[in-house]
Amino acid sequence: MIRLRGVERMFQVGSETVHALRAINLQLDAGEYAAIMGPSGSGKSTLLNILGLLDRPDRGTYWLDEVDTTNLSEEQRADLRRHKIGFVFQSFHLVPRLTAAENVELPLVLAGMAPQRRKPRVEQALEHVKLTDRAHHRPDQLSGGQRQRVAIARATIMRPTLLLADEPTGNLDHHSGNDVIETLEALNLEGITLVIVTHDPEISRRARRRLQMVDGTIVDD
Amino acid sequence: MKVKDTLQFSIRALSGFGGRTWLMLLAMAIGVGSVVVLTALGDGARRYVINEFAQLGTHLLVVLPGRSETTGGHPPIMGETPRDLTLDDALALRRSPFIKQVAPIIVGSAPVSSRQREREVNILGTTAELYGIRHLEMSQGKFLPPGDPQRGSAVTVLGAKLKSELFGNRRALGRWVRIGERRFRVIGVLTAKGQSLGTDISDLAIIPVATAQSLFNRASLFRILVQARSRESIPRAKQAVLDIIRERHDGEDDITVITQDAVLATFDGIFRALTMAATGIATISLVVAGILIMNVMLVAVSQRTTEIGLLKALGAPQKQILRLFLLESALLSVAGAACGIAIAFAGVWALDRAFPDFPLQIPPWSLGAAVAVALATGLLFGVLPARRAARMDPVQALNSVGG
Repeated sequence: MIRLRGVERMFQVGSETVHALRAINLQLDAGEYAAIMGPSGSGKSTLLNILGLLDRPDRGTYWLDEVDTTNLSEEQRADLRRHKIGFVFQSFHLVPRLTAAENVELPLVLAGMAPQRRKPRVEQALEHVKLTDRAHHRPDQLSGGQRQRVAIARATIMRPTLLLADEPTGNLDHHSGNDVIETLEALNLEGITLVIVTHDPEISRRARRRLQMVDGTIVDD
Repeated sequence: MKVKDTLQFSIRALSGFGGRTWLMLLAMAIGVGSVVVLTALGDGARRYVINEFAQLGTHLLVVLPGRSETTGGHPPIMGETPRDLTLDDALALRRSPFIKQVAPIIVGSAPVSSRQREREVNILGTTAELYGIRHLEMSQGKFLPPGDPQRGSAVTVLGAKLKSELFGNRRALGRWVRIGERRFRVIGVLTAKGQSLGTDISDLAIIPVATAQSLFNRASLFRILVQARSRESIPRAKQAVLDIIRERHDGEDDITVITQDAVLATFDGIFRALTMAATGIATISLVVAGILIMNVMLVAVSQRTTEIGLLKALGAPQKQILRLFLLESALLSVAGAACGIAIAFAGVWALDRAFPDFPLQIPPWSLGAAVAVALATGLLFGVLPARRAARMDPVQALNSVGG
């Protein structure tokens, strides 16, 4: 479902041009579970952002479900993000003034779904991450692990085919990190394509596919 | 995104930032409040003056001797003294079907005394018709009797102030007063209606016009007050006055006719312009409020950078983010305008209490205009922050610190 060919991304840092990604070729099939590893600055987050259509490659082509995304307009890319891609971030990025249920509901609200149709889906999603009893708590009343599970429920509520997680356990203790990884893996078993960026070797060992990145290239697959 | 959801999202976002939202509301409220109060004051001043003029009488024309208009050409070589207006001129005006009533007026000054008390006041010589033309009111007795204006009797009507100066609380009706060298019987006292445009009608004595002519030994009139039949007939009444007097003065146009409506229209125009100017100045405060909104929204956008990044990651297109932030500024300005209107009503109520004589009322158009301008500034100054939010790069927004 994902095909990258010759993807490059450069950044201007002062007067220097930094090659964040060099000639990336990558193919991921539907339902895969991949971990991207690498030291910081190796370009793994940049790769994830490009996979998530948050960033555009400077060169090369990216096909998502056989659609060439390189030449899509900003609006079309937003539409693909909305329907096909879910994000899980290291720092959760929950909206602090909204309750857990409202945070989960947000993508449905943005998509313009009717309130009576949203409610059962939100309940179902919260149940899935075992947070039904925390539905009306605000993020500051939840633990880190709970927050990340709310974020996962939000990322999957639109039933995307691709779930991208950027260091999902980076801000969590070992135990809650484990909970989160198990939740993600359960989703993967249901058929979602899962890509995790991490530098925790323990997590990457659990993935079926490991991509090792150094200096903007995939050195080991 | 549904309209209701969009609204709800914006309202939650605004209420989440309490202090700042209140400050912005306050700024907008002060702007809108001052616009509305100033228009109310300007409009009040206008109606105050119009009301003063209306007290002079309705459909009024004032005939003055002499031409006051400036015409081109050389001044006459021979001194051109205008012909006097006479009582016969005044009575001749009654012929016109467009004229309802005519009151000739002679003004002079003479000492008025009763027993030991004496006052030098204005003496007004006129006829019974002045009563209706000037909307006078009696507190005691009657006004000058109708009858042949050429014949004068020795009766007088006193203004309220003059009456109390001469008689105090004692009864004045039927008493005799001395005006100049003659004795007059008091037949009426006017109500203390007070000032009307300079002439203090409470401090004078009114006597029949013929009596005044002989008292001051003068035949010429000070002016003639003419009341037209209706508002529509004012121009024709004016023409009739000019025609009749010209005919009587050997074809010379030697009088000036001022219509009350013309004076009213002038004042009306002046005060409308003043109100507009005051409103315009107050509008500056709305612009200041608008700039404040822009400033605060810019801070809001930078504080909520990560949230904007998240919305983008969740698939919100630029337009949607633009709408969300524009709506926030619009909501703020409308809420501010609502508070401002409340402040304005409270302010006008307080002013009305403090100055009951001054007619204060909020003109309805000013409410609509204030809200429209507030909304327009809110949107106008909201565009820049909203565009900044919409165009943010999602990756950078998500990685920014804060929020």
